[in-house]
Amino acid sequence: MNKNDEVLTIVGSDPLGFRILKYTILILGSFYAVFPLLWIISTSLKSESAVFSEKLELFPSEPRFANYWDVIKDNDFIFLKWFGNSLIVALGTTLVGIFFASTAAYAFSRFRFKGRETGLFLFLVTQMFPGIILVIPLYQLMVRLGLLNSYIGLIIAYSTTALPFCVFMLKGYFDTVPKSLEEAARMDGLSHFQIFWKIMMPLCIPGIVVTGFFSMITSWNEFMLALTFMSEETKYLLPVGLKKYVFDFKTQWQLVSAAAVMVTFPVLAIWLRVQTALMSGKLSGSVKG
Amino acid sequence: MAEAIKAQKKQVGPAGTGWVVWVFLAPAILAMGLTVFYPLIKGIWFSFTDIDQYSMGNAFEAPSYQFIGLENYKEILFSGDSDLLRVLGQTVLWTVVNVSFHFGLGLMFALLLNHGFKVRSLFRLLLMVPWAVPAYVAAFSWRWMFNGDYGLFNQILQNFHMEPINWLSKPFWAMTAAIATNVWLGYPFMMVSILAGLKTIPGALYEAAMLDGASRFQQFRHITLPMLRPVSLSVILLGFVWTFNMFPVIYLVTKGGPYGSTEILATYAYREAFESWNLAEASTYGVIILSILIVLSTIYSRMTKETRV
Repeated sequence: MNKNDEVLTIVGSDPLGFRILKYTILILGSFYAVFPLLWIISTSLKSESAVFSEKLELFPSEPRFANYWDVIKDNDFIFLKWFGNSLIVALGTTLVGIFFASTAAYAFSRFRFKGRETGLFLFLVTQMFPGIILVIPLYQLMVRLGLLNSYIGLIIAYSTTALPFCVFMLKGYFDTVPKSLEEAARMDGLSHFQIFWKIMMPLCIPGIVVTGFFSMITSWNEFMLALTFMSEETKYLLPVGLKKYVFDFKTQWQLVSAAAVMVTFPVLAIWLRVQTALMSGKLSGSVKG
Repeated sequence: MAEAIKAQKKQVGPAGTGWVVWVFLAPAILAMGLTVFYPLIKGIWFSFTDIDQYSMGNAFEAPSYQFIGLENYKEILFSGDSDLLRVLGQTVLWTVVNVSFHFGLGLMFALLLNHGFKVRSLFRLLLMVPWAVPAYVAAFSWRWMFNGDYGLFNQILQNFHMEPINWLSKPFWAMTAAIATNVWLGYPFMMVSILAGLKTIPGALYEAAMLDGASRFQQFRHITLPMLRPVSLSVILLGFVWTFNMFPVIYLVTKGGPYGSTEILATYAYREAFESWNLAEASTYGVIILSILIVLSTIYSRMTKETRV
């Protein structure tokens, strides 16, 4: 109560001019942040003639929802195929990623061993490697193994993109589990593997869900490897499919926008739900760096 | 103290479990080895060879590329017609302008959001939206807004009876368009990090300052800024590396054009590799990018350490 009063007096003591300036900046800033999304939603609901006209309108006078159906049914439902490809790769990456991240996080959280600090540091350093130096050898490897245009190849390549972040995040969750639980379990004769599987994992389900979503979003949003490894049109992932629409001879912006909306909103919905948890984790990773 | 540490060590790593930890680490180590460290070493090796799309081999043929020493480096660093310096200059411009805006906007929004007030969390949520948008979707949306014929910005200009701008076919405006896109994408990370940094500043510092009669500006100058220093240094370094390597925005907003004037090292090297199939040269560019980043971040950490209060 007291604290609230204090905050109120501080805010109250802001000069009026300062408060007006503050709200003006925040409102303009929020408008700037949201506007590009509003604009593609608006474009996605316009008819072709409305898109290619001189008139400026944010709310289309005759919204045309059929654009979405046009995108979906185009070229034998190829958009759904791309959507499915992206989904398969994202789910595969998530499962594999959680496996790698949770086992490593358990080791970093519960064991002291030689090279522990170095290992944690190396995870962070890999974030600095330029993608271009890795993508050429990976491409050669995929060609040699015949894994171009395969889900497996891409899932392998993606499995470590989000790994450093996921390890730090899950380690944070594991660290909060009291050691006494494990001691009790060891008294009962459980091995480390049983403790990991039967105690740690169930207790840290919220953390696993959050890292899982993060892996999924990372995979869903990745562009360069998807562009390089999936070159057959039926194997395209969404980003590459959309690129094809944009750089076609005559870009149908209302259709591109409809596709972009369908790609973005699943991610946006997930992101807004897990944002607070992600923020704290992302930060502890970056500050330690 | 030492006793306590010893006791803790004993507790978390009981004797006789030495091998168990490696079983837990093995999956991550193997995966990182296969997808990060093996390609890194191989990529560096490629920069000393003449590898191209034929000599790299395939599922049926063994690779036939050969070691050629420093030829690629000579070609890029010392031949007169190399694009390295021009593209490096563009990359530095791109990175510095972007990170400055990211940090400036992030700091401004974070400071405004720091005090408790109604609708604060709504503003925070709205301001974070760009972070949730895939970079390639952002690139397409901005490319559309910058469209020369029917794009939003030209429509606005025309409504005010001004000449439309051919955004993507003039070097200066194309760079502006690409930077505008990336500024939009990148400031929320800085904002959120700085906001978290602000939360760690003890309120007692401000109370003491108020008792001493320090003005708002003095509080900001002598408490807020110094206390934000560690988090700022980290996010600026991270932002610098990420922006330096930012691929999709340039590749999709301007395609590096017009005439390569908005190309940065990352997109230039990618195009060399997968459009011209000069795999050896592109690998060499990759090594050069990595070296630049290592040198710059080392200098950066040294400098910021020396001036640390």
